[in-house]
Amino acid sequence: MYPYIPNTPEDEKQMLEAIGVDSIDELFKDIPESVRLNRELNLHPSMSELEVSRYLTKLSQMNKSVNQLTCFLGAGAYDHYIPAVVGHITSISEFYTSYTPYQAEISQGTLQYIFEYQTLICNLTGMDVSNASLYDGGTAIAEAAYMAANVTRRNQIIISKTVNPQYRQILHTYAHLQGLEIIEIDEEGGVTNLEELKKQISDKTAAVIVQNPNFFGIIEDLKATEEIVHSQKKTLFIASMNPISLGILKKPADLGVDIVVGEGQPLGVPLQFGGPYLGFIATKKQFMRKLPGRIVGQTEDLDGKRGFVLTLQAREQHIRREKATSNICSNQGINTLAAVVYLVTLGKKGLREVATQAAQKAHYAFKQITKSGKFKPLFDKPFFMEFAVTSHVSPEEINNKLLGENILGGYDLGKDYPQYKNGILYAVTEKRTKEEIDKLSSVLEGII
Amino acid sequence: MKVLEGLYYTKDHEWVKVEGNEGYIGLTDYAQDQLGDIVYVELPEVDDEFEKEEVFSAVESVKAASDVFMPVDGKILEVNEALLDEPGLLNEDPYENWIVKIEITDKSQLDELMTSEEYEKYLEEEV
Amino acid sequence: MRKYDKLIFELSKPGRKAYRLPKLDVEEVKLDELIPSEYINEEELELPEVSEVDIIRHYTNLANKNYGVDTGFYPLGSCTMKYNPKINEDMAGLDGFRNIHPLQPEDTVQGALRLMYELDQALCEISGMDKMTLQPAAGAHGELTGLALIKAYHEHRGDTKRTKIIVPDSAHGTNPASAKVAGFDIIEIKSTEEGLVDIESLKAALSDEIAGLMLTNPNTLGLFEREIVEIAELVHDAGGLLYYDGANANAILGKVRPGDMGFDVVHFNLHKTFSTPHGGGGPGAGPVGVKKILLDYLPTPTVEKDGDRYYLNYDIPHSVGRMKDFYGHFSILVRAYTYILTMGKDGLNRVSDIAVLNANYLASKLKEHYNLAEDTIYKHEFVMAGLKGDLSEVTTLDVAKRLLDYGYHPPTIYFPLIVQEALMTEPTESESKETLDEFADILIKIAEEAKNKPELLKDAPRNTSLRRLDEAKAARNPILKYEG
Repeated sequence: MYPYIPNTPEDEKQMLEAIGVDSIDELFKDIPESVRLNRELNLHPSMSELEVSRYLTKLSQMNKSVNQLTCFLGAGAYDHYIPAVVGHITSISEFYTSYTPYQAEISQGTLQYIFEYQTLICNLTGMDVSNASLYDGGTAIAEAAYMAANVTRRNQIIISKTVNPQYRQILHTYAHLQGLEIIEIDEEGGVTNLEELKKQISDKTAAVIVQNPNFFGIIEDLKATEEIVHSQKKTLFIASMNPISLGILKKPADLGVDIVVGEGQPLGVPLQFGGPYLGFIATKKQFMRKLPGRIVGQTEDLDGKRGFVLTLQAREQHIRREKATSNICSNQGINTLAAVVYLVTLGKKGLREVATQAAQKAHYAFKQITKSGKFKPLFDKPFFMEFAVTSHVSPEEINNKLLGENILGGYDLGKDYPQYKNGILYAVTEKRTKEEIDKLSSVLEGII
Repeated sequence: MKVLEGLYYTKDHEWVKVEGNEGYIGLTDYAQDQLGDIVYVELPEVDDEFEKEEVFSAVESVKAASDVFMPVDGKILEVNEALLDEPGLLNEDPYENWIVKIEITDKSQLDELMTSEEYEKYLEEEV
Repeated sequence: MRKYDKLIFELSKPGRKAYRLPKLDVEEVKLDELIPSEYINEEELELPEVSEVDIIRHYTNLANKNYGVDTGFYPLGSCTMKYNPKINEDMAGLDGFRNIHPLQPEDTVQGALRLMYELDQALCEISGMDKMTLQPAAGAHGELTGLALIKAYHEHRGDTKRTKIIVPDSAHGTNPASAKVAGFDIIEIKSTEEGLVDIESLKAALSDEIAGLMLTNPNTLGLFEREIVEIAELVHDAGGLLYYDGANANAILGKVRPGDMGFDVVHFNLHKTFSTPHGGGGPGAGPVGVKKILLDYLPTPTVEKDGDRYYLNYDIPHSVGRMKDFYGHFSILVRAYTYILTMGKDGLNRVSDIAVLNANYLASKLKEHYNLAEDTIYKHEFVMAGLKGDLSEVTTLDVAKRLLDYGYHPPTIYFPLIVQEALMTEPTESESKETLDEFADILIKIAEEAKNKPELLKDAPRNTSLRRLDEAKAARNPILKYEG
């Protein structure tokens, strides 16, 4: 007997009788003999909970967590403080053991938190409409590009090289499938080269994609970018935003962005080796029906009471099949709930405080690290909570030495930007203390 | 199902009402009944040109969606913007509430469409 | 229970707080000295102000309006709503899995990489494939990845005419949608009366323009495609590849493997077959397995082993590129691997035994009252075509809503599209005979009510926190956020 399979041999006997067959094997007789496995799977035999737990705990201990290492690594995933309530609420089993809320009357819990999520994303970005979330920040860019191509009936996408290199790789993969043309705009001094954008943009351009703060942590001039983008009638402006930065930075809607996307991991989702996270996407009302994925709307029940349902479903694959706005059919469910609980826990004051502390600490770290001149700033531009420095020592050597001091060092920029060989990108969240930052800078000093 | 005399019909359940070189296009009673409560109508832009059998509009209900095809080649002269606010008009009176008004490029294409009698027969056979 | 109908925004009161951060311990600089003021948002954020108590009570009350597998029977066809073992959650929550950064040096994440490598191997053994990519985020994303691989295969051979994918009309809506997003045209083929792939239609659809066939086996009607060997041969002879949609893999564990049936590329839904929670819609995971001929096209990175060391391999000669951030839904992979270790080779085989037994048992109890093909062996699920008898005004929707009154989650309704008034029912191995008996009794009672008191069905549900909701109103006049 197995703990998750309640039927006993006696149950089995009675059930077979009721069906009118002699054995379970008979229920599989429609599988052609020539393809049947007819042997045991070459896997371990079943194990007890203690044995499983012992083995996996051993594997987990072969990793060093950010509780053992002080994390100054970001580049798309961030070690932020997660309030205790987040994990407790996402562990409520009526939330995490339910599925997509097809039966609205017994899914109001899920439907309502998605409605709250949509509201929070709209309020944070200033946009009119948000969906119920996408897989992650990278695929959100690919979905936004596909959406822009559908809206404009054009097939050229321009993206800045200051966008996270992984996101660009995903976009290239998707674009190849969909026959979209991708033009990458060079960076200059750590920001999008707007002169080059001016040259490349045309009436063939469906959308221009930038990231803010960009991959180097630098705040892009979205206003100036927007003017260039919208000099072309119809071309859409897509910006990938760090949601924490919206605690202090201007709302993308106020800067003329048409589609806002981003990685929602900083909103209460643990690092967990890269996933699952959540991607957000929000847009203007006029493009509402072109959004990919699930959307929840408010309505009334027969008695006129407020309730929530999945809506605008005619966009989706289960109705539109090949004419759907996307093939996505899930949202990031429980991570969406984590983002909601995170945002309401921090609230009006807290998100600004997190963003401000991160910015203050990052600037302090920048000052400490570059003070002696052994490490030079790679760029001279305003940044939020990530910054790049360079030296004559290789990032690999530096990071190894930091690791020896239980510090998780920054991201090696040379991997994606050969022109910045020896460049390292450090992330400093609100979680880091002055003591930790001072230790980082003193260890760095000692390396050179 | 109501079928109006004097209109031209397609196998995809669109109707055309011809006035000189111009035509109104809408969905038949059968089409609206199949779709159920219509919640949204996607309209083309004025001056857009479409060929016969090209998709020029889409109609959505809660649980279904359907493309609307051009019965004949033509240029959009007018779109029925009332449908944007009140898509249910297509359920209420599908023949009164046209979707677009077009300039018919080639009137000879009308001969390829069904008359009301032919369409009625087609419905009987299809249903 | 007390009725609760607030939105979190309606609890907000100026001055309330649910958080506390340590005091800033570095020297504070005025914000506009750090960041130019033209970039700064001077307005207050539009976020609520609530206390921690408010938050916990609010979401606990919302949870009470939800129905999960932990609440009760959830026979949602094609979704495999099996029990989500609690040890899975505990393992995913281990510090060394939960709190590791995806870009850490490989030496500091050997345990995570080893877990991924071992899961890859286990899934290969279960599917009969040669290598997996664990990157895909969900079933639909797995489909897109698999189709990208098929496309890359043909393109690399210079066979650029192959722009079409064949999909049976019984397929999940994601199949044609994924094929479209992958840039293919779709040819839909009809099923036989019985609900299987029609071989003649398949033959007619095959040509040198076909890139491949997507197939779910057992299919969405819960029937095993008995002609699979011939189907595979036909597609391969025409130069196409076979894609296996693993949505229904819960029926075949240890019995038959997609790889042995002739499939070239496969996705599994870890949230279905391998017990990871559905999370109210996600996140799931949709790893994709391939035969050797597709190895060179896999997305980067894959997880490999060199001696005792595990590493991420970015060197794949004709890789399709990258399908998502980092390496996939790692914490979902941890849960699925926990399940595979727990069940082992014997337990997984038993899963399919009982999943299939339960489906056939339930079908046998209901066939007198609901329309379904008799004398057929189902796999893990079966589809009823509505109530028996002439009850034209009582629809499947009414039956589903009446089930809510009796405290059950209904089956999947109105799918597959080729069955009128469909109720697609998948009990899974998690359910006892008693649960199935009770559920069957209730469905039979509802069938009686449909004859004698149809208003009970038309008016259902009555026992839920809300009655039927007006979906047309929601779609006609979309309210998609709280406006205060």
